Amino acid sequence: MVRIPAGTYAPILRGADEPERVPVAAFLLDARPVTNAEFLAFVRAHPKWQRSRVSPLFADTGYLGDWTGDLELGPRAPADAPVVRVSWFAARAFAAAQGKRLPTTAEWERAAAAGFTSADGATESGFSATVLAWYTKPSPETLPAAGSGRANFFGAHDLHGLVWEWVDDFNTAMVTGESRGDTGLDRTLFCGAGAANARDLTNYPAFMRVGFRSSLRANYAVPNLGFRCAK
Amino acid sequence: MKKTSRSLPRFPAALLVALGVGAWVPALSAEEAAVAAKPNGKKLAADLPVEIAHLTQPPMVPPPIGRKHPAKVVVDLEVKEVTKRLADGVEYTFWTYGGEVPGKFIRVREGDVVEFHLNNHPSSKLPHNIDLHAVTGPGGGAASTFTAPGHSSQFTFTALNAGLYVYHCATAPVPMHISNGMYGLILVEPKDGLPPVDREYYVMQGDIYTQGANGDQGLQYFDNTKAVDERPTYIVFNGAVGSLTGDKALQAKVGETVRLYFGVGGPNITSSFHVIGEIFDKVYAEGGTRFAQENVQTTMVPSGGSTIVDFKVDVPGTFILVDHSLTRAFNKGAIGMLKVTGPETPVIYSGKEVDEVYLGQASDAGAKASAREAELVAKKAAAIAANPEIANITKEIQLERGKKVFLTSCFACHMADGKGLPNVFPPLAGSDFLKADKDRAIRIVTKGLSGPITVNGKPYNNVMPPQQFTEDQIADVLTYVMNTWGNDFGTVSLADVKRVHSQN
Repeated sequence: MVRIPAGTYAPILRGADEPERVPVAAFLLDARPVTNAEFLAFVRAHPKWQRSRVSPLFADTGYLGDWTGDLELGPRAPADAPVVRVSWFAARAFAAAQGKRLPTTAEWERAAAAGFTSADGATESGFSATVLAWYTKPSPETLPAAGSGRANFFGAHDLHGLVWEWVDDFNTAMVTGESRGDTGLDRTLFCGAGAANARDLTNYPAFMRVGFRSSLRANYAVPNLGFRCAK
Repeated sequence: MKKTSRSLPRFPAALLVALGVGAWVPALSAEEAAVAAKPNGKKLAADLPVEIAHLTQPPMVPPPIGRKHPAKVVVDLEVKEVTKRLADGVEYTFWTYGGEVPGKFIRVREGDVVEFHLNNHPSSKLPHNIDLHAVTGPGGGAASTFTAPGHSSQFTFTALNAGLYVYHCATAPVPMHISNGMYGLILVEPKDGLPPVDREYYVMQGDIYTQGANGDQGLQYFDNTKAVDERPTYIVFNGAVGSLTGDKALQAKVGETVRLYFGVGGPNITSSFHVIGEIFDKVYAEGGTRFAQENVQTTMVPSGGSTIVDFKVDVPGTFILVDHSLTRAFNKGAIGMLKVTGPETPVIYSGKEVDEVYLGQASDAGAKASAREAELVAKKAAAIAANPEIANITKEIQLERGKKVFLTSCFACHMADGKGLPNVFPPLAGSDFLKADKDRAIRIVTKGLSGPITVNGKPYNNVMPPQQFTEDQIADVLTYVMNTWGNDFGTVSLADVKRVHSQN
């Protein structure tokens, strides 16, 4: 794991009364996403998370769909590639079994805001364009090895350019904590409404991450969605 | 829906709110929508005949509905992210409704109950949704169709309003989803249909923002900054440069009436839609159901809007579809073709009737013009010969013209006040040398002068170059210098100049 020092995170969407930057305490983050091999070891040790045994409450029918069997990875799921098609429940269970947890949105965004040579990638020439390019490409049939991307300033690999990653509070982007207000919020971010309350309207990748997280439910097992753990 | 709601009960209320359970329930079920559409509630959607919508890829359009009663129409649309040709040697990853840009054409009838399925392909990188401008309801369906990769959403709406409507993805960042190709048209036919025509086609315009310049080869990526600045690299019809040209041109036969369903996906650039060499007989402006104007050359189509144009093709040939904001057509790709075949109709359009060599002076026309000019010059010469006074007209005119000549050249040395420069350039004002010999003055202006001379008792030894003046100008400028600054040395006529020149 790599240490992400204490810092701040500027949410792309925030309520009128919320601060522009949110403090993020120092934490440890996996240097790369969890691999198929690691997840295979987990389901061996915890059979209730195997594909044929998992409760449909906790994972939809796409769960571990690239694997050829409960305990066989097969050609579309190389051992060193990131595990995908895992539900939020399964990712959380994996993390707990390692004595870890899923990072929060703030933690993940704080780590991913770093460029290759500085803590603020937005100031690095070409960094934003490189990040954006990944979002414009469809997912490949077979993913490359986790950790093969260039390490960022904090030593974390593949926060951009490999897979989407679960965060613990993936579906709180539109929630202010005021439940009466929440019911009026437009959580699906459609059309120009997506721009209301936004901080940096030109940060398209940040919008796409918020949009992607908002499209999820906790039992979804989505192609190209994996995770890494924090501590 | 069902699966998800089963997964939730174990979770605390706060998380349920976070998951936004309520927002995911479609506003109206199919049955409710049908009842809402018919206030008496007699006919339920369940009673309606069920049809599977016939969707078409551009530029084709599904056949007219032909039904005289409402139906429940099931629309199945797949979102797929595909890498395709944008221009020669240029590829781009398009996000599509059905694999092509624009998305599949949807055709329903006013009053139909539409059961809409949006399927997001598992290879998609992003969640997508659909906002159909034909839908009356929150987000035009976007609120009910937000769909993660590898998932499917369903909602139902009643097509309350007839017209030609744009549909598009409305997931943030919306401009990027639209620019990448997520738009199409849905035609809600009026209950009695549209007037029949011989051919119908489907064309949409969109603006694309690539990180490379127009024509830069290879796979190009979306450029955030150019999109925000509204500086498109490409503006194209049907998703690519050349998608409606050459072998892919639209086709029609002489005498047929063609209808174009034309829309603008945008996200930003409106279209000055025009077909070169045709006149739109009818324009259903803004995609409405009444043709609002006849005999239109160019019709404006807003981003997120549409138009229906009908025109009869009377003569054969290739008719070019353009955005008549023409650098978009000439430089950015907004060009299509309609090829019309059949017999010529020379009364309407003759084709080229004459093509002959034009040689300017050497041609008949040129020779006639030259002969006429020569005739006039000869007349003028004869008139002057008969009355030499008119050649230089009057002294006043000569002074006026001579001053202009003086100020183009002579004044540089002799100075504007005619006093010259002491010991360097001799004076003209009050010059005994000038006054003494008019013919000498003509020779000096014509041929120049060098060597020692004495003017008003003072020696000068310099060089005056020959002046490139016409004979008229020489007469005029000498008349000027001999009658200015107090000089009164007489005038110089054109005849004087010609006489001196003839002497050597």
